[in-house]
Amino acid sequence: MSTLHQLYTAPPPAQLANVTKRFGTTTALDNLTFGIQPGELVALLGPNGAGKTTAVRLLLGLCAPDSGIARVFGADPRDAANRIRTGAMLQVARVPEPLRVCEHIELFSSYYPSPMPLAEVIAAAGLEGIEKKSFGSLSGGQKQRLLFGLAICGNPDFIALDEPTVGLDVEARRALWKQIRAFVDRGKSVLLTTHYLDEADALADRVAVIDHGRIVAEGSPSEIKHGARSLEDAFLALLGR
Amino acid sequence: MLRTHLLEIKYEFLKALRTPQYAFPTLLFPILFYLFFAVVMNRHEGSGMGMATYMLATYGAFGVIGASLFGFGVTVALERGQGWLHVKRTTPMPLSAYFVAKIAMALLFSAIIVISLMTLGFTIGGAQLTLPRALALLGVLLSGAITFSAFGLAVGYNVSANGAVPLLNLIYLPMSFLSGLWVPIWALPRGLQRFAFFLPPFHFSQLALKTLGGGRGMPAYVHVIAMVIATAVFLAIAYRGYRHDEVQ
Repeated sequence: MSTLHQLYTAPPPAQLANVTKRFGTTTALDNLTFGIQPGELVALLGPNGAGKTTAVRLLLGLCAPDSGIARVFGADPRDAANRIRTGAMLQVARVPEPLRVCEHIELFSSYYPSPMPLAEVIAAAGLEGIEKKSFGSLSGGQKQRLLFGLAICGNPDFIALDEPTVGLDVEARRALWKQIRAFVDRGKSVLLTTHYLDEADALADRVAVIDHGRIVAEGSPSEIKHGARSLEDAFLALLGR
Repeated sequence: MLRTHLLEIKYEFLKALRTPQYAFPTLLFPILFYLFFAVVMNRHEGSGMGMATYMLATYGAFGVIGASLFGFGVTVALERGQGWLHVKRTTPMPLSAYFVAKIAMALLFSAIIVISLMTLGFTIGGAQLTLPRALALLGVLLSGAITFSAFGLAVGYNVSANGAVPLLNLIYLPMSFLSGLWVPIWALPRGLQRFAFFLPPFHFSQLALKTLGGGRGMPAYVHVIAMVIATAVFLAIAYRGYRHDEVQ
């Protein structure tokens, strides 16, 4: 099978089609359609409560849509084959603190049939020099980098990053951006949710602005900015605020 | 697959070893209670099985139940509530590895408790125990860890991270008392003795006592059936919570 042929027939890494998801009386996602192409970094940009995390959880098979379909590589996100090809960085309140950086990576790597070598994960996530530190003793930025390392250690083709830099200082954010960009440069696909406009602007090939569970605009960062002085102005105008 | 299971066990063990403040009470309470009630308060009265021997079974059961409930219930509730279990669920980790590691820890803690009690009973408590009986008692007590791990799992999958510890204490301590694990069942009022029949730890401790030649004289299969039913009910409740968690 030729590469070109594969390009046309390969199902997209991630796809939500007409997805509606309710939690009680709250509609988290409202007939949302959205996808990611191979090699693309898409930012799902929106205010808190817009439905970003729900979209990520659906694509990771952590919840099921009320209607519509969620697909990863053309199949159910829960498929064992998809779990191997997918990595995730979720917002997590607490990670087992007594375990060391290299131990966390060793354990997660053991879940995958062909993981990246430990040294490569350490380098790709910027964890050099803190391999032996316990999770509890890491700084905020280091913790997020370890979670990023756990997301990529299985050598996945698609990763979903849910607000990866929330609460980090400028330096730590920049460092993580570099790691994320390097991952995409290897031909991998990324879904990143954020409410930081500069993050979407700096990283994304494509931005989807989400509000109240609907996509209100979609395009390259410059397309979204079109006519506005900054992404921030465009964003606020889109949300009608 | 096997490597994943072994690594999960290894790191579950290291977690406990590096945070002794969490594991310590689970190990210490049954040992302290046994020391106080079976060794210090023991007046060696009358015939039959001495208190130090009898209470090896009941405080052994008490310790195993605690290790299982807290090892399973609290850690699952915490890791689920704090989002860590969800992170693991996005990986191809077989769920069995997660549970096998927790069962292994519950068994290890149980064994430490029971062997400590036996050592104390034998050296300073004057417990009468032959090696075959000690091994039989250890075997029965460890197999009970399965039932109460299932109990812990049921709580862990249905109760929030903050609710698990208070709820388990609320269940563990009264249930143990009412099942005759603290003071012998025959010392409880008659009504409570009858009520104990509906509590899983009662059947657990009766099976343990039988290995020492004691117990209330009900056939062993009654207790075994009760334990099997209890395990099935706990697993069903745990599965309900798990389904709710998986398919929201």
